[in-house]
Amino acid sequence: MTQTPGSTSTAPPGPVHSGLTPEQRQSYWRKNLSLTLTLLAVWFVVPYLLGIIFSGNLNTVKLGQAPLGFWIAQQGSIYVFIVLIAVYAVRMNALDRATGVEG
Amino acid sequence: MSVQVWTYILVAITFSLYIGIALATRVRDTKSFYIAGQGIPPLWNGMAIAADWMSAASFLSITGIIAFTGYDGSVYLMGWTGGYVLLALLIAPFLRRFGKFTVPDFVGDRYGSQALRALAALTAILISFVYVAGQMRGVGVVFSRFLNTDITTGVIIGVFLVFLYASLSGMKGITWTQVSQYIVLILAFIIPAAAISLQLSGNPIPQLGFLNIVGDLNGLQEQLGFSAYTAQNKTNTDLFAITMALMVGTAGLPHVITRFYTTPTVQGARTSAIWAIVFISLLYTTVPALAIFAKTNLINSLENKPYASAPAWFKNWERTKLVVFTDKNGDGLMQYKPGNAFLKTSTGGNDFEKPDPANANELYIDNDIIVLATPEVANLSPFLIALVAAGGLAAALSTASGLLITVSGAVAHDIYYKLINPNATEGARLLAGRITVGLAAIAAGYFGINPPGFVAQVVALAFGLAAASFFPLLVMGIFDKRMNWQGAMAGLLLGLGFTLVYIINFTPSLGGRGTPDGLFLGISTTGIGTVGMLINFVVAFVVSRLTPAPSERVQELVESVRYPSGTLTEAQTH
Repeated sequence: MTQTPGSTSTAPPGPVHSGLTPEQRQSYWRKNLSLTLTLLAVWFVVPYLLGIIFSGNLNTVKLGQAPLGFWIAQQGSIYVFIVLIAVYAVRMNALDRATGVEG
Repeated sequence: MSVQVWTYILVAITFSLYIGIALATRVRDTKSFYIAGQGIPPLWNGMAIAADWMSAASFLSITGIIAFTGYDGSVYLMGWTGGYVLLALLIAPFLRRFGKFTVPDFVGDRYGSQALRALAALTAILISFVYVAGQMRGVGVVFSRFLNTDITTGVIIGVFLVFLYASLSGMKGITWTQVSQYIVLILAFIIPAAAISLQLSGNPIPQLGFLNIVGDLNGLQEQLGFSAYTAQNKTNTDLFAITMALMVGTAGLPHVITRFYTTPTVQGARTSAIWAIVFISLLYTTVPALAIFAKTNLINSLENKPYASAPAWFKNWERTKLVVFTDKNGDGLMQYKPGNAFLKTSTGGNDFEKPDPANANELYIDNDIIVLATPEVANLSPFLIALVAAGGLAAALSTASGLLITVSGAVAHDIYYKLINPNATEGARLLAGRITVGLAAIAAGYFGINPPGFVAQVVALAFGLAAASFFPLLVMGIFDKRMNWQGAMAGLLLGLGFTLVYIINFTPSLGGRGTPDGLFLGISTTGIGTVGMLINFVVAFVVSRLTPAPSERVQELVESVRYPSGTLTEAQTH
């Protein structure tokens, strides 16, 4: 396994991120934060609001015999979590490639 | 062939496999021992994370808990999967970029404080021990039921096996045994679930099949005087707090975070989070479906049936006290009604000598029975019943091994090497790691054989502690550059202290009072980590703003975990 720069376990913290200019860094971090906040909003709304707080209201709708609020709490929210993690990983890995750096 | 013969065969095959993998992946350096040489491809790491994460409790108990709590049990499903969103977005990629051996490593370097490093190491040890005792107990239970050994023998075999492969091949070997254990446990869970789904609903996919019968189960339960299966019984506040505590606790468990250190790149850490949640969801979306099938089966095969002609599985499990019948009205029939069939002992267990006269329920049914007995209840083949035993063992062993490496890292790396003897040679450090695995395995075995009264409260404790300690500590360390050790220390002590005191105060087996009077906002002990986490965040923020900013060096470190640093190489762009 060859070591990639920045992933060495023994390098002391220091100005090793010379690959990015200060502007690039700022833009990278801003994109990361806005993606993270958007995804976390969904992470909050689906289980907490739809699965718990308003589940009673949603339960009037049925999926087969299952009330919708109950289904979101026991199934739907889990499928949403998979999507959230996948979107984050794919988008951030693409951002890393677009920035042309790794580590 | 009988169930017992099949169990011996399957246990022999899987145990040989685990040992064979360990022998093939022996390690000679600390980097391989603690983080598998950072050479684990994302797909396999995702599978190992899933096995590491899904414990004896996930496999054996959670389906039963949900079967008996219905909608309210959703907190475990959402909590133990939603935590991975936090882990994947807020923690894993950054800690991987930091790229050292343990979680206390990051805490110590990020806050520039040896005191915090020590405190983090002690917290990691505490959380992991609370957790590992339950795994060893799980091994003992499976052995005693399926192979008719006593629990002690089962635990000793488990301890020896885990010690052997964890000390020999460290994280590297554990990774590949966890991969094989995932395959065993997921097959053992999904095949019986699909068979039962087909029997009851006509659809072999449990996630779809339960949609056809959950309304019928609601009717059955209401007929017996229970509330509907899909009805809510806990308050919104409590459900909210428990779900949140389990989510942030998941994201703060050191043995799970460490697994993300083992990928070759940061990108690989992100990708392995996708695989991890996919593999975990395979089990966690099957669990609620199986719970519904099992509950339906249970009611139909026991309610108002004569005890004298109870099914064979009932008699089998009666011996282990996982099901107990008391004929309160003397009619020879088993009545399943709301309420505890028996009075509680002072520590919260059941006193099987004393039926509770206050209700008409005549059956005690343990949570674990749902998964263990379901294949028998559904008349599945002996091979499938034995497979469940092998699956339960795989779930317990895979989690135990990850925990032992975490304890070993905290003791031998963080405390011995980083704090006591920084001049230790590579060989001495590796030996210290191996010895610690051994000592931790023995201690875990002891607690497995002599479980302290608080085993039932393990979940509340481990997740509450992780939620109130590591989650805020790590998130602030990455996202708040101005956070200093003063703030982190103050937040940690108050958040952790509050959570510990609250849980102990309301847990009878820990010497507290069991009554729900005086609960803060009606939040149960399992959910209190949410409040502990908030206290940690608020206190840390206020204290850090009143004290000097962290050093240049620390701020540089925060920068370095936020941004990519090197040139992209072709190997990482898959």
